Amino acid sequence: MHALWKILAEKSGQENVEAGEIVNAEIDLAEVNDLYLQVIKSFYEMGGKKVWDPDKVTFVFDHYSPTPTIKAAENHKQMREFCDEQNIEKLFDINKGVCHQVMPEAGLVYPGMLLTATDSHTTTHGSFGAFGTGVGATDLATILLEGELWFRVPEVIKINITGSLKKGVMAKDIILHILGELGQDAAVYKAVEFAGPVVDNLEMAERMVLCNMSVEMGAKTSYIKPDQTTREYIDKRVDHDYTVYETDADFEYDETYEFDVSNLEQVTAAPHSIDNVINVKDAGDVKIDQVFIGTCTGGRVNDIKTAAEILKGKKIAKGVRLIVIPASDEVMRESMKKGYIDSLMESGAAISAPGCGPCLGAHQGVIADGETCVSTSSRNFPGRMGSTGAKIYSASPATAAYSALYGKLIGGAE
Amino acid sequence: MRKGNVHKFGDNIDTDQIYPGRYLDISDHKKIAEHAMEGADPEFAAEVKAGDIIAAGSNFGCGSSREHAVITLKKAGVGAVIAKSFARIFYRNAVNLALPVIQIKDLDFKENEKLEVNLEEAYIKRADGSIIEFTPLPENILEIYKAGGVIPYYKAKHA
Repeated sequence: MHALWKILAEKSGQENVEAGEIVNAEIDLAEVNDLYLQVIKSFYEMGGKKVWDPDKVTFVFDHYSPTPTIKAAENHKQMREFCDEQNIEKLFDINKGVCHQVMPEAGLVYPGMLLTATDSHTTTHGSFGAFGTGVGATDLATILLEGELWFRVPEVIKINITGSLKKGVMAKDIILHILGELGQDAAVYKAVEFAGPVVDNLEMAERMVLCNMSVEMGAKTSYIKPDQTTREYIDKRVDHDYTVYETDADFEYDETYEFDVSNLEQVTAAPHSIDNVINVKDAGDVKIDQVFIGTCTGGRVNDIKTAAEILKGKKIAKGVRLIVIPASDEVMRESMKKGYIDSLMESGAAISAPGCGPCLGAHQGVIADGETCVSTSSRNFPGRMGSTGAKIYSASPATAAYSALYGKLIGGAE
Repeated sequence: MRKGNVHKFGDNIDTDQIYPGRYLDISDHKKIAEHAMEGADPEFAAEVKAGDIIAAGSNFGCGSSREHAVITLKKAGVGAVIAKSFARIFYRNAVNLALPVIQIKDLDFKENEKLEVNLEEAYIKRADGSIIEFTPLPENILEIYKAGGVIPYYKAKHA
């Protein structure tokens, strides 16, 4: 069995599971974000009174945080009241950040766990050896009721990443390149494991980018085998026993792909789909209006550091707006201590409170009809960041920073 | 049995096209229905009639986990979605809210074509009387449909 199957087997009390089988599995952690008041509504509609285990439930306010509308404020208010009534102590309010950064930082994510959240990017937690998967509001409500959920055991695709990365090429470039090659439906309803020497050498923040964006190829969950790098991150944060499952040597992957990234350059997903991937240098002369550095894909300390170093002592181009939103309070404070925030502000950046920001077009920098944005976020669907008449180029934090500097889409120094 | 006219869409229709993110703070289902498919076809919500059927390409519903994407179709009157393949979270959400979702690999439906869908017996009848069979849904999923969605399903269990 694959390590991910062993997690599902353990959580469903079975010796073995097979691809395609439907199992009922016990959930270790259920996270609700602030998009989904529907979770609470559905919970009560189904006859729910008390959540099955308040210690295994967490709420994170990130998509509408701090609240931009009265409606969003009412949603937050009702969620706070629900947490209070249900004795849910793990409420991460508007001062924390994006759930996929906040949960690992708070020590809630560990290898071998089964984590569900009302967010598609829950695949991120595969980078810690967890089975993380996104669910809808009503699914989450059934978990609050019974602590378990049905799952179809997914086939597993393995992606080996070999070679050595050129300077200035980031995990975001790797995953965009893979998406461009395999397409956005390559892993629908399947799991994706990332392996190989390039992955072994990535720090946790960069591994998280790979697993985070596996959902953009349709993955149900993703996986990177925990190693010393994982343990170093987890052991200072997690106060919980955990099991690292081993994939059996004779496990048969659904597909295995090899990507040698030695010649990989800065790439971008051009409008309007995430698998429309081209080399940045082949994008032509793309004038831009806004650059956004942030989100659960591209808003961590190394992302902000990368941008700050590129822009240090320089000003962004006239007529371009640079918005930087650290993924969490911890990321923001560390970036402040290291001087990155001050440096970016000196270069002309606007800094907003940690959260999802304009990634989903909610607030803090939505874009107008006819505008073009370079974003470190993971989606460039029409209308994702505001007007359906706007264009989004998804790229690495390095490409985003250079683009802000020159006022056009560009992947390096001119 | 569900009857309706076909509205055709292409591959990779994502949840931002089905229900744009800027309306996510709406929780009133009637208002959610006003924005159905707005990102892909701004006229859809006004034109769709009760029971109509969406016929799409591969990876329908990719993108975010928003349940609004199912609610908006259901409340706008969509009777079923037929696609070459579905994104996983959308598929689960559709089951949970009892919006019929049918996977058929080879699709050649025409715009406005009249179809009858029988979910329980796993076939689609076309206007010319021809029948297209599809893989029956697993028993646990059919039970959720029969109950009218996961809310009544669990309500019966927990009330």
